[in-house]
Amino acid sequence: MTNPDPISVFRTEAAELLEQIESGLLDLTRSLDDRDRIDAVFRGLHTLKGSGAMFGFDALAAFTHHCETAFDRVRKGDVPATHELVSAVLSAQDHMRALLETPNGDHDALSAALLDNLHRAVDGKGSAAAAAAPVAGASETAAAAIAAPAAGALREWRIRFSLPANAMANGTNPLGLLDEMRELGDCRIVADTARVPDLAALDPRDIHLAWNVTLKTDRPRSDIEDVFIFVMDEMELDIAEAAGEDASAAPAAASAPAGAPMAKAVVVTEREAPAVQAANDARQAKSAENVRVPAERLDEMMDRVGELVIAQSRLTQLAGTAADLGLRSVSEEIERLSGELRDTMMVLRMMPVASLFSRFRRLVHDLSRETGKEIELITEGETTEVDKTVIDRLADPLVHLVRNSIDHGLERPDERIAAGKAARGQVVLSAHQTGGEVIITIKDDGRGIDRERVRAKAEASGLVQPDQALADQELLQLIFQPGFSTAQAVTNLSGRGVGMDVVKKTVEALRGTIDIASRPGEGSQVSLRIPLTLAIIDGLLVRVGTGCYVIPLSAVEECLELSLEDDLRSRGRSFISLRDSLVPFLRLRELFRTGTTPDPHQKVVVISTGAERVGLVVDQIIGDHQTVIKSMSKLHHDVATFSGATILGDGSVALILDVTHLVAAGQHQEAQLRAAG
Amino acid sequence: MTAKILTVDDSASIRLTTRVTLANAGYAVTEAVDGLDGLDKLRAGEYDLVVTDLNMPNMDGLTMIRELRKLPAHTGVPVIFLTTESDGEIKAQAKAAGATGWLTKPFDPESLVKIARKVLGR
Repeated sequence: MTNPDPISVFRTEAAELLEQIESGLLDLTRSLDDRDRIDAVFRGLHTLKGSGAMFGFDALAAFTHHCETAFDRVRKGDVPATHELVSAVLSAQDHMRALLETPNGDHDALSAALLDNLHRAVDGKGSAAAAAAPVAGASETAAAAIAAPAAGALREWRIRFSLPANAMANGTNPLGLLDEMRELGDCRIVADTARVPDLAALDPRDIHLAWNVTLKTDRPRSDIEDVFIFVMDEMELDIAEAAGEDASAAPAAASAPAGAPMAKAVVVTEREAPAVQAANDARQAKSAENVRVPAERLDEMMDRVGELVIAQSRLTQLAGTAADLGLRSVSEEIERLSGELRDTMMVLRMMPVASLFSRFRRLVHDLSRETGKEIELITEGETTEVDKTVIDRLADPLVHLVRNSIDHGLERPDERIAAGKAARGQVVLSAHQTGGEVIITIKDDGRGIDRERVRAKAEASGLVQPDQALADQELLQLIFQPGFSTAQAVTNLSGRGVGMDVVKKTVEALRGTIDIASRPGEGSQVSLRIPLTLAIIDGLLVRVGTGCYVIPLSAVEECLELSLEDDLRSRGRSFISLRDSLVPFLRLRELFRTGTTPDPHQKVVVISTGAERVGLVVDQIIGDHQTVIKSMSKLHHDVATFSGATILGDGSVALILDVTHLVAAGQHQEAQLRAAG
Repeated sequence: MTAKILTVDDSASIRLTTRVTLANAGYAVTEAVDGLDGLDKLRAGEYDLVVTDLNMPNMDGLTMIRELRKLPAHTGVPVIFLTTESDGEIKAQAKAAGATGWLTKPFDPESLVKIARKVLGR
């Protein structure tokens, strides 16, 4: 599953928070002592500060911190809410927007002026002392202190500790603490059972044991203390160095406050907000134009729309045979409306591929450092929108492809210069839409695919025979075979167990296709063609024997009659001639072992995936049909010929043909026939 | 078995970061948007760890922690709270409410995973 860029999520969120803060402040101007409003504004500022610091908006976080502090004081009744304060925070809030939009801009002077204004409003005087911002760059976290191994000489420690009786109820696992100590070094642990009460008085949820531990470790004392970081305040802990010289310091550790090892920052006291905030309408009522909806609700709605489309097509069928003109006109109206509803629904599920592409900046940056290759990432067509599920599923394959381009494709700067190229390699990620498909390409200007190595590798793994002739495209397609990898050494970039075969499978599962092109010395390009949406497709309904089948319309190139000439000739080799080229065909009657007598005029539906074409011979072409895809049950997940099923207007079921598989089967048959004769 | 973690935060960006971080570390993550939502999810399922913000609308983190300690399925589950402040007062309050440990914001993903490993023991 992929994820949108946290920073862009934060920006949206921060913009919403700022709106809430603003509307809360404006409400406050009408009733200055409205507790709920004060709390709401405080909470908004608090969240903005916390998240801002998380995502690197340090100036915003530091600035917001002062406004938050001011409001905290109002909340606690230290200072009254005044119009001066509210308007000071209002103008500060505009400044926060600027800090959000241009985090690297020069805002210092304005920040200082606004803060001065704010402090004047709170205390009646400007305060320079408050300029010490505790948030910016404050990265002292509990965990940072947890494990910073510092090598030293091996020392032996005697540790005695007992935990508060209720520690287990509060989620502390004593065994976990013991395990952590074992990780520090050689450890001997003896439980002290002296304080275990009689059975009658024993509460099994409490801790009654104390522990004596002898630990040999090269880690500093602070590492031992860090084991107990969360319970330090309430526990008894004695750490003494066995060798002697440090023993006197031991009691001090026991009484040290829990926060001591890491708390350096200036502290802002904060009391908890009232237990249950009954009304937080500021958030709900006037939020932004963006409404966040859980994806599952959209999926649910998509299902309903799908069912509606099925019901509507039954209605259309019934109305078509009815004499009632009123019914017909209503049915047509519903057909139109449900079509529009479907289209609207599709749009709701669409997300710009930007959310997919944005993650690659970081990846490329990191890979560039790891590999020592200079790389420029260019993204194009980021506004192209695709179904959310497609975005989710494509993330991993794309990461793999980009890694491949960088790892196998791009050369090191010196190699590139020697080959007469710019030192900096290019990886271009682009997306654009054509008809019902989106085409995503990953292109690099590296060394291209080394055909000889592909061939050698394929022969070594038995994928091709040494003397077997392969067209260039066939050779390139070998890299999609399971277990294939040309990397001479498995580097830590590629070779992570995800191969190109997995990429191909994922793309095919999305009813897409993958194509590869490469010129030696000039670079490679992988193109993914993916249907825009997964739930509903336009299909061509055909009949084979007594069964109805759906062929995705996007794959259909043309329909024609199987001429007697082609039919007869096909006894030997199944080809039709189509404008001077030969196209292999499959007889679906044979494939499905249909028993009935064939119709006298057989039809051919020519389907294609990228460059490959195959004809499918059917009895009858019924017409186009809007298909709501229902996936097959787990029992049928290994059925290759069909990708799903759909319900027809009369309630019967039609299977949806898997185009990719059929084209491959047709090409395979052709190859076999060619080999045979 | 994959440890199940519930993260409770009203900030979508923090939720996203937390989820991605923990999911990448191999944990199964469920999200809740505030204390009330968190409590609903805790009543509906069992979790091995709860990571929660304190300052949230509808129900704050402290109340949620107190309430979850009353649920039989979650009496002993570790609870980590996120706080922007590093002083002892808030920690003492949260500990009294039943929290296991804390993490100071801003935190880096690594710290979160370390803490999760620490209290989960895996």
